[in-house]
Amino acid sequence: MITLYDYELSGNCYKLRLLMSILGIDYKTVPVDFYPGREHKSDWFLRLNPLGQLPVIDDDGFVLRDAQAILVYLASKYDASGTWYPRDNPELLGQISQWLAFADGITSTSSAARLHDGMFYDFDIETVRAGAHRLFRILDEHLWFGEQEGRDWLCSADHPTIADIACFPYIMLSEEGGISRQDYPAIRRWCDRVKRIKGFVVMSGVFPAGPAKAA
Amino acid sequence: MPETIPCSDRVLLNDWHVVADRSMLSPHAPIFTRLLGVDLRIDSSDRHGTQLVRADTGETVKTVTKYGFVWACLGTPERDILYIPQADEPDRYLVTGGSIAVKVSGLRAVENFLDMGHFPFVHTGWLGDEPHTEVAPYRVELTEDGEVLATDCKFYQPVASPTATEGFIVDYVYKVIRPYTVALYKSNPIQKERLDVITLFVQPVDEENCVAHPFLCYLREGIDEASIRSFMQLIFAQDKPILENQMPKRLPLDPRAETPIRADAVSVYYRRWLRDRAVTYGAIPARP
Repeated sequence: MITLYDYELSGNCYKLRLLMSILGIDYKTVPVDFYPGREHKSDWFLRLNPLGQLPVIDDDGFVLRDAQAILVYLASKYDASGTWYPRDNPELLGQISQWLAFADGITSTSSAARLHDGMFYDFDIETVRAGAHRLFRILDEHLWFGEQEGRDWLCSADHPTIADIACFPYIMLSEEGGISRQDYPAIRRWCDRVKRIKGFVVMSGVFPAGPAKAA
Repeated sequence: MPETIPCSDRVLLNDWHVVADRSMLSPHAPIFTRLLGVDLRIDSSDRHGTQLVRADTGETVKTVTKYGFVWACLGTPERDILYIPQADEPDRYLVTGGSIAVKVSGLRAVENFLDMGHFPFVHTGWLGDEPHTEVAPYRVELTEDGEVLATDCKFYQPVASPTATEGFIVDYVYKVIRPYTVALYKSNPIQKERLDVITLFVQPVDEENCVAHPFLCYLREGIDEASIRSFMQLIFAQDKPILENQMPKRLPLDPRAETPIRADAVSVYYRRWLRDRAVTYGAIPARP
């Protein structure tokens, strides 16, 4: 059984809960008091992850840290369809890795802004917001051109991959950091598509998709 | 900018407000916050304890520590920090729930805390679920101490607390204790005759910004502190985007401003109670 060391309000923990729900993986959670307890910096947690960061999983003794790495692991091991991380498709794997790195950029900008505004973290708010807008603009154009070519997802495939799961949470939570998505219509449409993936679950601050509109 | 207008409500200036969770204090770096539009600097050290200073005048601000929080009074305190009897019961955890900043008037945050009608829609699967959307009639009255008390509140909740394993009809009592302080008494899922208490101390940062400081007195049986905090934050973070999208950001006190329904009886009472106490900070006053 997989144990997820979890913090409810973490978008990086949420992306693992989301993928595990979509893939139908059973897991249990150990709540880590990230805020205000800073339990992720406690001795017991640092022994699990010396970086002092969530999430971490323990899969029958196999311990892995880093949200993006865990997505790769979970999809490689538990996705019977082989579509979320297609191991036999080099181009797609390259694209997925590119967007997983992009997701880390979203974390260091959009998530940082949210921590600043909601939980008093000491970030230069204007800098992180500007950084998020720069990434959102790039992503919006990528998705818009994709739509013109009939591509619904981040990577060149007719199905979502872990790249979509990795980028979704801190985009969806951006308004809590004062980052509006008003100017990114292709991002908003893509968010709705992610919300309609079978097995989609929410976290606090993320609401389910409304009724589907006729195409 | 509305937040630059100074507060002139005596009832607020001469009262105590939470300005920080004590666990966030560090001798290495001050904390900067704002109360009723006044920028504050909080220093703490083993030698000098906790000190608060106004950024505008450099004056020292009265401060005490209680219930795990740092409190401040900008004026002359006219009453003590409220007393929570359950905090003296030895079989309870006393937990600060995690202070969260919200871009809305603190009065809106109090009102939202009082509202059962949104449970099935905002806290779906936790504090409510369709089709159990009806808010049954409940009682609202003024206590001898001048607090707003709502009783006989009942609501079906699928997961009413961190230890709930099945849905049940939860009994609630709400109490508005001060303009920016509200408490919820809720039946414990194990000892159903006893009540868990959540007090929400709302810090009026300025008229359109607040910090919610929850304080939880939960029976210890069958639960740990991390789960209590986790559940509180799960629920509150569902409210946060709803609160931050409320327009106007200040609470209208005019009875004609927003249309209530029967389920809003406590909210209607709360708005009238604020009017009667001449609370204007964070509100849009009623038209004469």
